[in-house]
Amino acid sequence: MSVATISTQDSEPVFHVIDEHAHPEGASTMLGFWIYLMSDCLIFAMLFATYGVLGGNYAAGPAPKDLFDLKLVALNTTMLLLSSITYGFAMLTMEKSKIGQTQLWLAITGLFGLAFLGIELTEFAHMIHEGATPQRSAFLSSFFTLVGTHGLHVTFGLVWLVTLMVQTARFGLTEANRRRLMCLSMFWHFLDVVWIGVFTFVYLLGMLR
Amino acid sequence: MNPDLIKMIFGRLNLDALPLHEPILVGTFAVVATGGLALFAIVTYFRLWTYLWREWFTTVDHKRIGIMYMILGIVMLLRGFADALMMRLQQAIAFNGSDGYLPAHHYDQVFTAHGVIMIFFVAMPLVTGLMNYVVPLQIGARDVSFPFLNNFSFWMTVGGAVLVMMSLFVGEFARTGWLAYPPLSNIGYSPDVGVDYYIWGLQVAGVGTTLSGINLVCTIVKLRAPGMTMMKMPVFTWTSLCTNVLIVASFPVLTAVLALLSLDRYVGTNFFTNDFGGNPMMYVNLIWIWGHPEVYILVLPAFGIFSEVTATFSGKRLFGYTSMVYATVVITILSYLVWLHHFFTMGSGASVNSFFGITTMIISIPTGAKMFNWLFTMYRGRIRFELPMMWTVAFMLTFVIGGMTGVLLAVPPADFVLHNSLFLIAHFHNVIIGGVLFGLFAGINYWFPKAFGFKLDPFWGKLSFWFWVSGFYFAFMPLYVLGLMGVTRRLRVFDDPSLQIWFVIAAFGAFLILLGIGAMLVQFAVSILRREQLKDTTGDPWDARTLEWATSSPPPDYNFAFTPVVYDNDAWWDMKRRGYRRPLTGFKPIHMPSNTGTGIILAGFATVMGFALIWYIWWLAAVSFVALLAVAIGHTFNYHRDFHIPADEVVRTEDTRTRVLAAGAQT
Repeated sequence: MSVATISTQDSEPVFHVIDEHAHPEGASTMLGFWIYLMSDCLIFAMLFATYGVLGGNYAAGPAPKDLFDLKLVALNTTMLLLSSITYGFAMLTMEKSKIGQTQLWLAITGLFGLAFLGIELTEFAHMIHEGATPQRSAFLSSFFTLVGTHGLHVTFGLVWLVTLMVQTARFGLTEANRRRLMCLSMFWHFLDVVWIGVFTFVYLLGMLR
Repeated sequence: MNPDLIKMIFGRLNLDALPLHEPILVGTFAVVATGGLALFAIVTYFRLWTYLWREWFTTVDHKRIGIMYMILGIVMLLRGFADALMMRLQQAIAFNGSDGYLPAHHYDQVFTAHGVIMIFFVAMPLVTGLMNYVVPLQIGARDVSFPFLNNFSFWMTVGGAVLVMMSLFVGEFARTGWLAYPPLSNIGYSPDVGVDYYIWGLQVAGVGTTLSGINLVCTIVKLRAPGMTMMKMPVFTWTSLCTNVLIVASFPVLTAVLALLSLDRYVGTNFFTNDFGGNPMMYVNLIWIWGHPEVYILVLPAFGIFSEVTATFSGKRLFGYTSMVYATVVITILSYLVWLHHFFTMGSGASVNSFFGITTMIISIPTGAKMFNWLFTMYRGRIRFELPMMWTVAFMLTFVIGGMTGVLLAVPPADFVLHNSLFLIAHFHNVIIGGVLFGLFAGINYWFPKAFGFKLDPFWGKLSFWFWVSGFYFAFMPLYVLGLMGVTRRLRVFDDPSLQIWFVIAAFGAFLILLGIGAMLVQFAVSILRREQLKDTTGDPWDARTLEWATSSPPPDYNFAFTPVVYDNDAWWDMKRRGYRRPLTGFKPIHMPSNTGTGIILAGFATVMGFALIWYIWWLAAVSFVALLAVAIGHTFNYHRDFHIPADEVVRTEDTRTRVLAAGAQT
């Protein structure tokens, strides 16, 4: 439509977008996902706060020093941090549209994630075997919930990762798939940041307590 | 059959769960079932199922979703109000040795359900519904940022409501009060399904609320029409933005704290127990960190509605737009710094109590500023006392009283006397009814013609208004008096006969409100019947100021044929003033999202999962969880979620509008 049909003079204001470009699809997705991550962050904040308040209530049961094996946790942390780096590589290769390498790095990320979960579950099993169950004390309730919620997130991240690998294999690195991989990337790094909090606040400070 | 096997299949669900021994519930069930069957029969008879499914249940149109939210809220209002009437009746007659008519077991469920339903399933859907309907129109957008998510959010809210309603006839509801404080809500003291209904009802609905919050924040940030800078947004959009920021920043807290409570109940952890290091006050703190922002989530949009209504019906630009925006933002921030005033009696010491007392009092400053802005908007304006304006004036008078009693309660020593008394009950009903509900009624009367193309009948509306307002004062002023005399909340029977007169007055007030609700339903019915006389062809029946009035009533699916360009914060007023003429040619195809049934299916599985978890039917919970995941993942394999409305269809729609406008101009 020309400007003349809605305004008789050039000085008159234009009240319409004449030549409209459709909103690019998914223009709000990154912002939306960021906001979702912050809401998820708040869930973790609550679990951290709960751990902060109840974490010293051992109820005459085991304390962090009796339970935590820092070497194992350090190994575990390494797994997760490495998975973040490899996810970064996946994104770099995605930028270059190298689909094979992207898939490879994604697969490696997934394996590191699995290793992380495996080590975490071993740790949990060991603790439960020693009688340090979530029911034993408020400290253990909040410990298992905080760390377990993080682990659940990683599990969902893995399910998502596999889904996206299938979709990338089937449909290629389309605009939509790149956006999805970017969202998962943010999610994955977010879990990394949360884990740094867990590692510092729960494990390291726990050993000093 | 083997009892173990039965237990495995049905969990703890058995025939005893049906309340056949409670005549009130059997009667209610008969009424609800008859009504439901009648509705089902009508829909089937008129072959409306396909229509409903295609055009409504699966819709991603923010306008239709908004309307469905409103219907949900109004239906639930009837349930929540029935609970209120039952309580008022019980308290009015349970004197002089009488036990009233409600056994304790039932009465405790009634007051819990009343609170839960009124906040989560009446106020929230009505507020969300209005925001959903109005915000995209006000900012000149075609839909929200994530239309499918919007549909899903709505059905999750419905799922929560279904679970809460189900508790009426299958099992029971919580007997803990609306926030389910432990240790009472823990498994030791509430071993039945009541608290589990509460938890899963709120969790399912809470997911919907959080997602709809994210959605609307993105919509307002990303989809504003060109020229609409933040400080040119209509005030309702501003308050909606703040409300949705609050939703995103507070509902996850509720999710977390309810998850911890469920761990205590299901797994036997010790977060909120009295032994093994648990701490019940932790729950109280956490839930109020959600709970206090929640009241601002409800009232801020109401403030926005009043701002729109006052400016429109005074025929003036809103006084102090900038101060209004800043007041809203300040309230948003402060709402996080006051949660502890709900339990000064916890004993956190003078310093902590002082901090929270003072922050609470400070909130009255921006709120007061708003009040003066509305007054100055009205000052020397040509005020038209149509229904929305009447509700606004009633709000201004009523809310100030509620605000002042709130400041009174913010003084910790006073609160120690008034904590958990009927004074508190009177206070928060004073602000929620006088603020939120009056605002919603103003909004419904204001935007109804936009949504349906005809105004609401003023006679029945006025009748409803006067019954509601007078009913409110009769119902709650006596509670202030009783509270000052030391009567605590949630009592079922009374020893002191001198108190009875006040409860009788309060019951009379509740009866007046009943008439108010009745008149409102009649108002809807009469308006639909008289829709030809009440018709609005202009799209702008109130001579209003913001963009939603620039399009037809009801707006076309695409809202605006061309995206508007904004120069002023009263964009539509500006367009009218500067001789805007509707474009009649040059229409193009419009890109729109497609309808999908995935939202309702996902929410259905979530609801089934909630039900299964409530009744310990583990296999069903697992199956529905896997189904939920599978459908969600399956949905992501659909990459084609949009279509174009062809240009000739847009031309047809717009030409119809041109004819209607021309016909309207001649008469």
